[in-house]
Amino acid sequence: MKHLLSASDLTRDDALLILDTAAELATVTDRSVKKLPTLRGRTVVNLFFEDSTRTRISFEVAAKRLSADVINFAAKGSSVSKGESLKDTALTLEAMGADAVVIRHSASGAPHRLAHSDWIQGAVINAGDGTHEHPTQALLDAFTLRQHLRGGAGDLAGLRVAIVGDVLHSRVARSNVTLLRTLGAEVTLVAPPTLMPYGVDGWPCSTSFDIDDVLPSVDAVMMLRVQAERMQAAYFPSAHEYSRRYGIDAARMAVLPEHAIVLHPGPMNRGMEISADVADSPRAVMVEQVANGVSVRMSVLYLLLGGMPDEA
Amino acid sequence: MDSRARTVLDDADIGRAIRRIAHEIVERARGSEDLVLLGIPTRGVALAHRIADAVDAIEGTSVPVGSLDITLYRDDLRLRPARALEPTSIPPEGIDGRVVVLVDDVLYSGRTVRAALDALNDIGRPAAVRLAVLVDRGHRELPIRPDHVGKNLPTSQGEQVRVELAEVDGVDRVTITGDPTADEGAEASS
Repeated sequence: MKHLLSASDLTRDDALLILDTAAELATVTDRSVKKLPTLRGRTVVNLFFEDSTRTRISFEVAAKRLSADVINFAAKGSSVSKGESLKDTALTLEAMGADAVVIRHSASGAPHRLAHSDWIQGAVINAGDGTHEHPTQALLDAFTLRQHLRGGAGDLAGLRVAIVGDVLHSRVARSNVTLLRTLGAEVTLVAPPTLMPYGVDGWPCSTSFDIDDVLPSVDAVMMLRVQAERMQAAYFPSAHEYSRRYGIDAARMAVLPEHAIVLHPGPMNRGMEISADVADSPRAVMVEQVANGVSVRMSVLYLLLGGMPDEA
Repeated sequence: MDSRARTVLDDADIGRAIRRIAHEIVERARGSEDLVLLGIPTRGVALAHRIADAVDAIEGTSVPVGSLDITLYRDDLRLRPARALEPTSIPPEGIDGRVVVLVDDVLYSGRTVRAALDALNDIGRPAAVRLAVLVDRGHRELPIRPDHVGKNLPTSQGEQVRVELAEVDGVDRVTITGDPTADEGAEASS
């Protein structure tokens, strides 16, 4: 594995190796010295063409815990806003000696383009591209599910997970459907017909338009943010109606099985897809997801950069 | 087992070596109160548990045992593909102010022990660190020496020393294979 571009690149064994490594690396957080010398002298560039706080900081913390040097490159206020192309930006980073590029881009496929060009030699990690994929988010969700519902070991065989909300615009949903399936979980997508992607029948999951039908029989429910910034048309009549039909509140929470947990990739729209009392309940694991994100990203950085430089 | 393999320690020898090491550790530490045994995975952890059992038999006290994975501190990480990590578990008592005994199966170049010392440094500040190994095969590349040795085994660099333990391999045995006359360019076996 040289790059991490898509959850579909990962076999079950790859995914388990990443999760097991993350579980070991998570213990570093409890130590007095929260740093490992493993990637000393290596440079990780965070190349963010799209706004992001938690993913960028998470990658930054992960790289720093492994002693890598981190360069943050945000498109706003950089040469990109002056019209520089992805190619020229990449060539610049290559000339500066980047060993890995963590890229977020609004165009689906930008990380793939970067990885399969000869512009850069280093590893490429997809930190979210358009409405396509966000593999490290799926890995941290799988890690969180495994920790809560499978005792922190093995795969997710037989686990039932509902992914609810704006599936159409969600790279998180795409990566999760693929990865959770690879790990043996059964995924149900729940969305209004307008927000269900075209061709979803071909995905390895089931679908539903009715959240109340699905909730009583799941082990975990993952709420998606309504991505207003990607919506160029009216996908639902009003925020209130969306919230009433597809949001999770205390009443719907009560229908969930007792052991079930609620996930959200953040940032949350409280009162929209998730009510405040659900977001603050002990069964909502958002804060753990953030902590696990650091461990999973450390694991990915270690496995891509920790070994022989030219391992294909 | 390789047909040319020579068995240099059998299960009885290994048992005697472990009991002697346990006696030495207790004698050196004047008791077993502040001891912590940390095994280096995989076989060092099994050895650490056996030494702890032997200390228990001598002193009637139970010594905390943990494991210390040194993969992330290795100096040769970039010579091979990224490796899977082994578990690290530090006993709840911690290592601050205690006498830590590192336990490994074979002492060779000393690079593993160097990495273990770095790892300990990030976890706490022991009162002292000692090193116990089942086999010392020589050929040190760093200024490191063991405090407690099961068996000194003069080898050439062309030979491989293999330690097998019942917990991991189903049998207790130390064997040597390879060419005793070769001296340069040989791969390390541990």
